[in-house]
Amino acid sequence: MIDRDQVLHVARLARLRLSEEEVETMAGELSGILEHVDRIGKLDLEGVEPTSHVVALENVWRADEPRPSLSHELALASAPDPQDGAFRVPSPQAE
Amino acid sequence: MKDVLDLTVAEAATRIAATELSAAEYFGAWHEAASGDDLNAYLHRVDHAQPHQAIDGPLGGIPVAVKDIFCTEGTPTTAGSKILEGYLPPYTAAAVRRLDEAGARVLGKTNMDEFAMGSSNENSAYGAVLNPWDRTRVPGGSSGGSAAAVAGGLAPCALGTDTGGSIRQPAALCGIVGLKPTYGAISRYGMIAFASSLDQCGPLTRDVTDAALLLVALEGRDPFDSTSVGIAGGIVAPSREDLSGLRFGVPRELAADAIDAGVREVFEATLKRIEELGGEIAEVGLPNAEHGISAYYVIAPAEASSNLARYDGVRYGMRAAAAGDLLEMYEETRAQGFGAEVKRRIMLGTYALSSGYYDAYYGQAQKVRTRIAEDFSGAFAEVDFVVTPTSPSVAFGLGEKTADPLAMYLNDFFTVPMSLAGIPAISIPAGLAEPEGGGAKLPVGFQIAAPAFAEQKLLEGSFALEQAIGFNDAWHSRIPWISGVDDG
Repeated sequence: MIDRDQVLHVARLARLRLSEEEVETMAGELSGILEHVDRIGKLDLEGVEPTSHVVALENVWRADEPRPSLSHELALASAPDPQDGAFRVPSPQAE
Repeated sequence: MKDVLDLTVAEAATRIAATELSAAEYFGAWHEAASGDDLNAYLHRVDHAQPHQAIDGPLGGIPVAVKDIFCTEGTPTTAGSKILEGYLPPYTAAAVRRLDEAGARVLGKTNMDEFAMGSSNENSAYGAVLNPWDRTRVPGGSSGGSAAAVAGGLAPCALGTDTGGSIRQPAALCGIVGLKPTYGAISRYGMIAFASSLDQCGPLTRDVTDAALLLVALEGRDPFDSTSVGIAGGIVAPSREDLSGLRFGVPRELAADAIDAGVREVFEATLKRIEELGGEIAEVGLPNAEHGISAYYVIAPAEASSNLARYDGVRYGMRAAAAGDLLEMYEETRAQGFGAEVKRRIMLGTYALSSGYYDAYYGQAQKVRTRIAEDFSGAFAEVDFVVTPTSPSVAFGLGEKTADPLAMYLNDFFTVPMSLAGIPAISIPAGLAEPEGGGAKLPVGFQIAAPAFAEQKLLEGSFALEQAIGFNDAWHSRIPWISGVDDG
């Protein structure tokens, strides 16, 4: 049901590089799971409100007041490649 | 006098408060026990052998094992993933802070399925956890390390998270109590997100009273999680001795053939026990519950694929040493950092949310979710609780279900509907049953679900039933956490 091209397309959307072997197994496994999941596709749910949140909550507000937040050093402390107070990354354009 | 490790949290807290037991000595004893972890239950243990003197609060001096999904400032937090190897969070999760404010102290961080995706703990990047009742079997998941630590005498109590059953199922497979509170009862701030509309944390303990004690400290509104509301009226230790006037609903859709014979036997014996205590058994209809797994395995992966987009090798965690451009760095980091199950769910979720499929999958699943919530509302108009086995089988063998993802997902059949409805549910040990195919008997969990925010009633009913079952007394000689017995 899900073919190789679809797997590669979705992998690209998800920013995941899959090995040749993973592409093969993923196609089979996803198809199997989706086959099960597709049972709900056949249900007549016309007019049923979708549930995105289970607790009845109105907008939750707080006063818009400044308060202390994470320091610059702490925010950068776990970065793989911090430089000059920023997160350094490879160029978005291949050389 | 009992060995201090045999005390429940409630007993230890009482003795510490009465200065009959020193908090330092108690913590030290647990620190030593945790150091002997041969179940791979811990990923990290604190190195100080005792907490600071005289800790005030209802949980003063109580050590707690915390699932590695909770951020703990300055203490490694991996969520069972290689992608967060070496990560030191700059802040502590609200739930852990609340336990700390009540006087509890973190004993260590427990192993788990990567990003809480799994029902066997075999998806951890740091190796499987062993079930203390039978080390050739899984402890359940995803809070498998927390469950094994409590059941194996490596912690007096633990914190876990439950998205589709991840507290209740491992509690059942390890013979302890696991409580998933109502969505919104406890803050999710600092809890690494898997599926945000379903995730909820809760206690794993030896008995119902200890679960209540932890919930007292944990519940409450937190300004850092605007979906948290707390439990109106708060929680107190349960004391109910009978079940008279309470109605327990058994779903008529409970397919008997999907449940192992031994589990079914214990379930039915527990229903009889309820009647002996004055409770009434009734049949209820949950016609949409059978679609729970399908809806769940759309909603949870969809939300996960979005939540896990943040692991890209930029701000924290690992970065693959990839040559090339930014896109290649992202793809390579995620390829190396995530395990097979996480990749599978990211793919499933991305597919379900992708253009042209959203309505057919995510939209449809959200409607099924409405129907399941309505089923429960209807049932609770007639009964006080809905009961099922927690898991269709006792603990299964390591490696037994890893080849078939769908078979693994079906483990969550009884626990997922409550998660989708956002209602509280508890698993209490109800007895032992022989696994299919034979072998020594293993724990069976009994699941009780209640309406949203009815935790106090749920705890009262569970407490009365637990006293009548007497699990910890009846199987004393087999329980791994009883010191001096089978701690091998």
